Amino acid sequence: MSSSFKAKVFVLGDDIDTDIIIPTDYLALPTIDDMKKYAFSPLRPELAGLIGEGDVIVAGKNFGCGSSREQAPEIIKALGVRAVIAGSFARIFFRNAINNGLLLIENDTLSKDVKEGDEIEVQVGEAILYNDKRYEVASLPENILEILNAGGLVNAMRKRNGL
Amino acid sequence: MIRQHTVIEKIIGRNAGYDVKPGDIVTVSADRVMIHDIFIPFVSGKFEEMGFKNVWDPEKIVLIYDHLVPASTTDDTRHFREGDAFVKKYGLIHVHRSDGICHQLMTEQGYVRPLDIAFGTDSHTTTYGCVGAFSSGIGYTEMAGILGTGELWVRVPETIKIEIDGSFQDNVMPKDVILRIIGDLTAAGATYKALEFTGTAVLEMSVAGRMTMSNMAVEAGAKCAIFSPDEKTAEYCGIELTDEMKELKGDHDAVYERVIKYDAASFVPVCACPSQVDDIKPVSELTEITVDQVFIGSCTNGRYEDLLAAAEILKGKKIAPFMRLIVTPASRDIYRKALGDGLIDILMDAGAIVTHPGCGLCCGRTGGIMADDEVIVATNNRNFLGRMGSSKVRIYLASPKTAAMTALKGYISEA
Repeated sequence: MSSSFKAKVFVLGDDIDTDIIIPTDYLALPTIDDMKKYAFSPLRPELAGLIGEGDVIVAGKNFGCGSSREQAPEIIKALGVRAVIAGSFARIFFRNAINNGLLLIENDTLSKDVKEGDEIEVQVGEAILYNDKRYEVASLPENILEILNAGGLVNAMRKRNGL
Repeated sequence: MIRQHTVIEKIIGRNAGYDVKPGDIVTVSADRVMIHDIFIPFVSGKFEEMGFKNVWDPEKIVLIYDHLVPASTTDDTRHFREGDAFVKKYGLIHVHRSDGICHQLMTEQGYVRPLDIAFGTDSHTTTYGCVGAFSSGIGYTEMAGILGTGELWVRVPETIKIEIDGSFQDNVMPKDVILRIIGDLTAAGATYKALEFTGTAVLEMSVAGRMTMSNMAVEAGAKCAIFSPDEKTAEYCGIELTDEMKELKGDHDAVYERVIKYDAASFVPVCACPSQVDDIKPVSELTEITVDQVFIGSCTNGRYEDLLAAAEILKGKKIAPFMRLIVTPASRDIYRKALGDGLIDILMDAGAIVTHPGCGLCCGRTGGIMADDEVIVATNNRNFLGRMGSSKVRIYLASPKTAAMTALKGYISEA
């Protein structure tokens, strides 16, 4: 993963659950591309159309709570989202995002300060810069970095199977 | 001095073969895994993409069709076809195509026992802690990895001990207990943690009641929930407890992140109010809320004990004239027993629609979808926006007793 990038932010609140990220109604659609236009539709139906390649979502605590549906991080990645920065993440969503190569960053103050549409600079594993302020973030454990660097668990397993 | 352990530390340490402490990243071998119909096409696709030629152990894999049974859209059957193709190609042995909800079947059919480590492609996999197993939900990519390797990395969680002593009031069910605990912990309050339930009130609780509680632990963010196995567990699982199972208790000097104590008598019937699982209010404070529909079912509260509780309230009576009452037994075995014992007759005489076993309305795809501004009292585990149809449906979560009394009166009512 490149260690530093600038991105436009979209801002969401606390407890963004997986039924908001992708309602069950659309879960059985054949592909992630079919589903992605319904992302966040119960809360903000327009959002999926606004998010573009390289943007970042900033949210409050407990992002991704709810069901184990892995389509949630896959859809966020398919929308072009480069990283999700949240106060905290629900456990299964955290694992699913890492396994799909979606970068997650924990920080519980940025979401209170940042405005939608503004630009931030992300220094992976170090800090986030916004409005001349520095927000510290934790470094990631080695095994998680390995999966992220392989581009997700599928690629990590393919490597293991000699592919 | 030998390190003292919480229950979850004992189970993970036993599996790994060495002493573990919270925060350790440990690779464990799965004793059993469960995949359900929504995710089998994705698991199958990822498994092939990863380049595996065989599954690690067909005996340890259970495939259950429940969310989409029977199909409600033309595309649903694709999940069954792709599941069946996977079964045939890799020689899976344990397949349930219409027997009930995955989390009910995994313990009811004896797939998970005390001391086991189990993973499932569903967040409510925490349920199997009811028999003293470590079980947790994972995504389909990780499941594909386990199917190939039999292994998964886990972080050993800190444990929150919840001790409940004394006796509950008659109108209080395990659902009321876990809802209040979630309200106290908040929806993210136990994220990455294990919940260990103890106390005299917990010892008195049936395995069915413990299932309701471990099922909902994930609604506080917990990685798992655990009840020490006892004679009730042994009878439910149809086994004799080994010495190791009998010793599966938190050690006296084990380190807990915190210990929360409750007096059982202090619990009252409660609801989780729309649309957050941790917005808990006593039923007695929810006055004059007219309800359009009541749902009794799901992996949280679709068991025999739950149908019995509803039948006792509805016996010889009729539900409110405008009310739609939907009852969905959690499994075929429960349905049969309830039918044989006359519970289904009582519920039908009262005006209930009794559906086939399965996830039904809880996953919002079939069997009672609702429109804008309608209100439902439901016994399942989630009241999120859009969970049961329109995103403007107001979902109150409650116990089967509260649900049945509400169906009778037409407005939210305490039993």
